Amino acid sequence: MDKIHAIELKNITKRFGNVVANENVSLSVNKGEILSILGENGSGKTTLMNMIAGIYYPDEGSIYINGEEVHIRTPKDAFNYKIGMIHQHFKLVDVFTATENIVLGTKQKPSQAKKFIADLCATYGFVLDLDKKIYEMSVSEKQTVEIIKVLYRGANILILDEPTAVLTPQEIDKLFNVLRNMREKGKSIIIITHKLNEVMAISDRVAVLCKGKYVGSVLTAETNETRLTEMMVGEKISLNIHRSDPKNVSERLIVSNINCINREGVKVLDDVSFTANSGEILGIAGIAGSGQRELLESIAGLQKLNSGSIIYIDPNTGDKENLRDKTPMQIRNLGVRLSFVPEDRLGMGLVGNMDLVDNMMLRSYGKGGPFFVHREEPKKLAERIVSQLGVVTPDTATPVRRLSGGNVQKILVGREIAASPTVLMAAYPVRGLDINSSHLIYDLLNEQKEKGVAVIFVGEDLDVLIELCDRILVIGAGKVTGVVDGRNASKTEIGLLMTGEQASSSQTEGGNEA
Amino acid sequence: MVSLSYILQRSIVQSAPLLLGSTGEILTEKAGNLNLGTAGTMYVGAISGVIGAFLYEQSIPDGGTLNPFIAVIIPILCCCVGSFVMGLIYSFLTITLRANQNVTGLALTTFGTGLANFFGTAIVKIVDSDVPAISFNKTSAIYKAYLPIADDLGWFGRIFLSHGFLLYVAIIIAVLAAFFLKRTSAGLNLRAIGENPATADAAGINVNRYKYVATCVGSVISGLGGLYYIMEIGSWSINAIGDLGWLAIALVIFALWKPNIGILGSIVFGGLYIADTFTSGLPADLVRMLPYLVTIVVLIITSTRRKKEHQPPAHLGLAYFREER
Repeated sequence: MDKIHAIELKNITKRFGNVVANENVSLSVNKGEILSILGENGSGKTTLMNMIAGIYYPDEGSIYINGEEVHIRTPKDAFNYKIGMIHQHFKLVDVFTATENIVLGTKQKPSQAKKFIADLCATYGFVLDLDKKIYEMSVSEKQTVEIIKVLYRGANILILDEPTAVLTPQEIDKLFNVLRNMREKGKSIIIITHKLNEVMAISDRVAVLCKGKYVGSVLTAETNETRLTEMMVGEKISLNIHRSDPKNVSERLIVSNINCINREGVKVLDDVSFTANSGEILGIAGIAGSGQRELLESIAGLQKLNSGSIIYIDPNTGDKENLRDKTPMQIRNLGVRLSFVPEDRLGMGLVGNMDLVDNMMLRSYGKGGPFFVHREEPKKLAERIVSQLGVVTPDTATPVRRLSGGNVQKILVGREIAASPTVLMAAYPVRGLDINSSHLIYDLLNEQKEKGVAVIFVGEDLDVLIELCDRILVIGAGKVTGVVDGRNASKTEIGLLMTGEQASSSQTEGGNEA
Repeated sequence: MVSLSYILQRSIVQSAPLLLGSTGEILTEKAGNLNLGTAGTMYVGAISGVIGAFLYEQSIPDGGTLNPFIAVIIPILCCCVGSFVMGLIYSFLTITLRANQNVTGLALTTFGTGLANFFGTAIVKIVDSDVPAISFNKTSAIYKAYLPIADDLGWFGRIFLSHGFLLYVAIIIAVLAAFFLKRTSAGLNLRAIGENPATADAAGINVNRYKYVATCVGSVISGLGGLYYIMEIGSWSINAIGDLGWLAIALVIFALWKPNIGILGSIVFGGLYIADTFTSGLPADLVRMLPYLVTIVVLIITSTRRKKEHQPPAHLGLAYFREER
């Protein structure tokens, strides 16, 4: 190519342990160009950008800036090459003013730099009170500080990690105007996103990653949302997950119009309604952080809701109970079980430093005498889980944290199943597991489904969702964007529902189709 | 009845070790290191100075006079080396090895106190003294020397001028530390590390270097507090400096992590620390509780007001590791 790229990556590979985050990725950005990096969760977008920003160092491959090979080992190196990254989680000091945050790490004093910063704001069209403390700022103001910070350091290449995720539509427009201003001034901009409409609106080119691999780059003008979704979700892969036909389907959990506003004032659940049926696996698909966690937690009684109701229908008596009025303990006693596996596997379900038996007891400590605990039953349960699910552990007295991820998962799911639940919720139960362990978990879930349990499965891999679930509820930004039948849904269809701003509302919502 | 000027004068005398201790601890805490080893560091600083003074006094033949400059500089150097090493141990354990800061600090306090008492007792044995104490009156007199003019100026001279030079050094250090934290870019960087090391790191600041330097310099300043206190007494005995270090840590909270507030706070604390000598009739042990009670009250007030600027550094007590996700 005769043109020299502002930045070019060649055959970049990065592994974390035996997980490959990026495999053989090559891409380039020209001067005065906005490149979107598009990909699902876990497709390695952020990892890739962190390597340009000096947070990680690639295991293989090379990076070229203006045609010269460079080694970016620290964030400082990245500055020296005039690369600035705006992280998804802002890196700002709360008790400092905007100016102090902007000059941090440079030689200038805040008082000296103010004039220059004000000029920068004027050039690119930012509106910001430079003396305001960060903790008094809105999310969009904080983001502005971040952008000015990298510009102040003279960055020519700006990387924005999901900059629009936290902004209102008006703020997004403002941000895009600023980005276009920067493009005109010759800056190269890389923007990570999974919102297709934004990709179409702002970028000149799109690079697509899928499961850590580079799929390809296309000019925005020559593509459309459907084609991009196809690239993003990849080819359909057959996993041969066993799926039985649902039997004795009846309503078990009716969630209607629940709303939840989190501490930052963001609506994490927006009028969510759906029904979970017994004898069925309901999949929940969505970009990470679209409200899956809050949804499950609100069913389990761990999350306060602003409005709406969650009606539980008792399978034996047919009584209806609103779970919103109940404590987590009461909900559990009804048979609603959350085998929640959040980002960090040991987070909510198990205590890493305790052994298997003690972890079983976490669910039964209410039993036993008034003063002493019962250890025999939990011990038997632990032994049963170890033998039935093939947990690899020296004995039941081993602290859980010493076990591998798959074994931890088996213990967690095994324990929840042992309580013979009526509703079983599992969030990302196969994250980080190998194929065999994953299949074991799928089989366990299927077994529960056949027993007449209403299973709710939150997953990230669309192939798994399509093969495992009977129905798939798709949520985007806290809203239900559609419910599809797992047996005849396509990945592209789900992908579009997940990422599209305005999902087609033609899908039947909360229906009882089996 | 004791006069007000006497109370003030004694409070100010008592304030300097607390001020040095807390200024050192503030610098350390601003880097995100909660050094509970300060009490031990002050002990080590004190005993190191005592050993220096003792050896120098021993080297002068009976009847000879000390060279004032050398008599001052030797204990200070010894004190600095001793407390620097304490700071270095703490830094290595908590920054490089990322050990738990609370455990490390408490261990260093136990270690420092024990070490000081060990050497103190050893010297007492060597000189075969009648009382279990080491005295270094001559050096102490030099440390306590003040301008003769103070005696002619009545209450003003007594309150403000009748102190050894280390008191003024303590105030200057506190003022400089306040200026450093508030006005310099290195101070800004340091505060950023205590608040949010990942941000500081991403801004290209060498987090570990700042933490090391702040902790070691902080320890040296705290150690000087121990030296001042022991020079004020003029002799070393077991547990000579009491729980001064803990009071200095309490003062950090009282001063809202600001060395300039620490100057006034230290006088209040100094006064409260020795209040039992003025208040007759009240149980001395209860009166001695006062500084801690005041600290608790300040904690309650600041935590209910929840003003962000008055909170401890956000990342205080936590180790920083870049690759942690």
